[in-house]
Amino acid sequence: MEPEIRTLVDISETQAARRSHADLMLERARWAASIFQRFDRDRTRRIVEAVAQVAHDHAAHYAAWAVEETGFGVVEHKTLKNELTSVAFAAHYADDDFVSPVVDEARKMVRIPRPAGVVLALTPSTNPIATVNFKILMALMTRNAIVLSPHPGARACCVDAVHTLARAAVEAGAPDGCIQVIEQPTIPLIEEFMASPKTSVILATGGTAMVRSAYSSSNPAIGVGPGNAPVYVDPSADIPMAAKCIVDSKSFDNSVLCTSDSVVVTLPEADERLRQSLRQAGAYICDEEEVERLRRFLFHERGFNVAAIGRDATWIAQECGIRVPPKTRVLVAPFALVGVEERMSREKLCPVLGYHVAKNRNQALSEARAILRLTGAGHSAAVHAGDPQVVMDYARMVESYRIVVNAPCSQGAAGLQTHLAPAFTIGTGYFGRSSIGENIGPQHLVHWSRVAYNSDQAVHFPDFAAVDVGFEGPLPPAPAGGLPHGGRSSTPTRAGQTGHRQHGGAASGGLDDSAREELRRLIAEEIRNTLKGGR
Amino acid sequence: MSEAKQAFIERSKSFWNPGKTQDWQDMGVDLVIDRREGYYLYDMDGRRLIDLHLNGGTYNLGHRNPELVEVLKGATARFDMGNHHFPALARTALAEALAACAPSPTMRYTAYGSGGGEAVDIALKTARYATKKRKIVSVIKAYHGHTGLAVKTGDERFSKTFLSEDREGEFVQVPFNDLNAMEDALKGRDVAAVIMETIPATYGFPMPAEGYLPAVKKLCERYDALYIADEVQTGLMRTGEMWGCMRYGIEPDIMVTAKGIGGGLYPLGCTLISEHCAGWLHDDGFGHISTGGGAELGCVVAMKVLEMVQRPEVRHTVNLIADFMRAGLEDIMAEYPDFFLGIRQHGLVMGLEFNHEQGAKPVMKHLYRNGVWAIFSTLDPRVLQFKPGLLLNQADCEEVLRRVEIGIGLARDELMGAGSRRMM
Ligand SMILES: Cc1ncc(COP(=O)(O)O)c(C=O)c1O
Repeated sequence: MEPEIRTLVDISETQAARRSHADLMLERARWAASIFQRFDRDRTRRIVEAVAQVAHDHAAHYAAWAVEETGFGVVEHKTLKNELTSVAFAAHYADDDFVSPVVDEARKMVRIPRPAGVVLALTPSTNPIATVNFKILMALMTRNAIVLSPHPGARACCVDAVHTLARAAVEAGAPDGCIQVIEQPTIPLIEEFMASPKTSVILATGGTAMVRSAYSSSNPAIGVGPGNAPVYVDPSADIPMAAKCIVDSKSFDNSVLCTSDSVVVTLPEADERLRQSLRQAGAYICDEEEVERLRRFLFHERGFNVAAIGRDATWIAQECGIRVPPKTRVLVAPFALVGVEERMSREKLCPVLGYHVAKNRNQALSEARAILRLTGAGHSAAVHAGDPQVVMDYARMVESYRIVVNAPCSQGAAGLQTHLAPAFTIGTGYFGRSSIGENIGPQHLVHWSRVAYNSDQAVHFPDFAAVDVGFEGPLPPAPAGGLPHGGRSSTPTRAGQTGHRQHGGAASGGLDDSAREELRRLIAEEIRNTLKGGR
Repeated sequence: MSEAKQAFIERSKSFWNPGKTQDWQDMGVDLVIDRREGYYLYDMDGRRLIDLHLNGGTYNLGHRNPELVEVLKGATARFDMGNHHFPALARTALAEALAACAPSPTMRYTAYGSGGGEAVDIALKTARYATKKRKIVSVIKAYHGHTGLAVKTGDERFSKTFLSEDREGEFVQVPFNDLNAMEDALKGRDVAAVIMETIPATYGFPMPAEGYLPAVKKLCERYDALYIADEVQTGLMRTGEMWGCMRYGIEPDIMVTAKGIGGGLYPLGCTLISEHCAGWLHDDGFGHISTGGGAELGCVVAMKVLEMVQRPEVRHTVNLIADFMRAGLEDIMAEYPDFFLGIRQHGLVMGLEFNHEQGAKPVMKHLYRNGVWAIFSTLDPRVLQFKPGLLLNQADCEEVLRRVEIGIGLARDELMGAGSRRMM
């Protein structure tokens, strides 16, 4: 029964209103987190699995919605990403335990996991649902509450997806309010959320401005910089295979992943074979004049043309008046000089791939390094080579924390076709002005209290096996005096009966929050109906 | 106590209220509230107290809630109290907003007073006009305010002092939770209205027995009396629902709200009136006049209050605070089972019962010394009123419980002697 309030004095644009908005949601999240921390591993895992399944079931639905809403990407690829960030992602961490204390007898230590509390997650418009799935599941694995702030460009699908997952979580027993979404995100509002002392950590995936702002918020932040992956194809590589990887990677979801290839660098002795193989794999190699048209289309005064983000290669070709075969998946744009002068050396979130032939291997490596100096430091790089020395030289040269070898860069750096941790937030580390240099995972949302005994052998280290670790589970619902059974589900528990709270989860009182709320409503409803009937 | 405070207390005695000022000193509560913010009060000597009294819900959303302050400031750019005789933008807008969230679909009009007592008087006058009957039934130890009619519904302790008790037999009082007594009072069909605090606050929040309130409502219907819900303390989401009576499935004929509706910034009392008993508003709209009633600045604040308390986050947080406090208090109760006897609770409406006639007074004193301000129940001093704010944060809830455990222990020792220490 929400009334329609007609405010005569509108304060919605004031800082007081924004701060209060942030405060309310974050405090609700803090409450949820405080209860979540009482959950044991089984309870936590059931929630993670249930939510992952629901995310998986909705993968195609939200993929289509995201493409429809943003105009970016390919439904089929987004579906795949949404699936990979749900059940597969949960499975990847199924054996990791971020919940139970760990006893280390050899070092006389006990480690107790301490969840961050409230995670504020900014999600991008390019990988909206995959990032939502990914961040929510990480938060749940670590018993954190999470508040998501979707990019306005992908607002509607994200808000809906978060609601769907939040419902699933609560149905699976998660504390109510542990997953929330900012429904109308604006920059000043998000800044209030970021600056609030109730935010424990900001998980920022998105544009550079937003990421920098997260770091200046005064709160701990895990923000990641942009990508601009150089891909070096060495003559020692299996060239046809390299070409196939590159086209598969660059065309994946029309190149909206920040891990996608930006510029291929190769050597004269591989050039012809590589071009040939690229063509065979579905790429179209542009001539000089066509490259110039692409340049003008993709790069405007103020930066990258957003109209081109995540569009099909054929659409872009058409816009530029370039005639290409209908099945073209990638447009290859050869250029002569890597550097600030060449805009094609920058990140292109569309299936247009830079292509540069260096004179020799040393030059090639230093060009690759230069590409990341322009933008994308710390993010991703790839190399196709048979010779491990080349791989090592390249890896030591480029300022990147993940070097994908003989695999598609887009998917590989995100852990989809490599054994890197699957992630849609790629730590760009110190090279990329970030606090974390590896693929972001649940381990980054929990710190550990270390209980350390005197190392002197004379001091006994006791057996912790039987020690209660306080997994009390959800709070028992408070009674509502005057209602049947005190508003509680089953037996009214009053003084004397309750005494100390029971430890060990299920004992503590039955219904979860949503069920209780539902019950409350049903009771009130029932009473009301009875009364009406009685008149 | 600082010299400045000492001197101030003397001035308070000289110019404000010597009796009351001294009584507080005698009870060991030398509080002079100076700064206030959120759920914190600061004594003029600088000591911080977490406010669990909230003046009965006046500060449900905290002291000087920034959104409410902002809206009040904004309102002063356009409004003042307004002219009480004329149709007025803010008064009507608030009435509409109240109708939209009223506990009964027939509840349409709002008449305004400048506080709860006046709003109760309006309710009683409305009922008398509608039924053309005089008798009003209330509950023994109910509290509906100290204005002319309201005071007669309450404990004689307040009416007799001023020679204002009922002498015509027009104000009948029956024991709470006693349906037979209620029926006896109504049988004669000469009763205009029953007025009910949904959970009697000043009586220490005894909970209505299961089915009691709906049965009273049915009796009213059977014997042609109106049901007036006093939601001054139980309304505005304190029970986890907009109005406490809704939790019991009651659709009152008339409802009163005050205290919290003004956000602690502008005093206001509202009487919501159903169409079927709104006769005087049609026949003689000038029938009740109050210059300060429904001042428009207050109405603007009140609209914001209504909007805020209905946010989904607030409802959820209320339930969480209720559960959390309950769990913590049960632990404390288990620690002092010979002294801390029970918890009366419906959402954030809570009363703590102690094993002593005046038990809540030393508890209040020791809580005060330990940084928590909660008040005893005037009409049942065994019970401490325990009223956490709707937005009290998790950290402060923990802080409250920590301090309450200490305070109750000290009060127990004071009354029962430290020797008979707790049994675990
Ligand atoms: C239940 C109830 N009704 C009415 C009133 C009277 O309100 P006011 O003091 O604003 O006149 C009070 C005040 O404590 C109250 O608790």
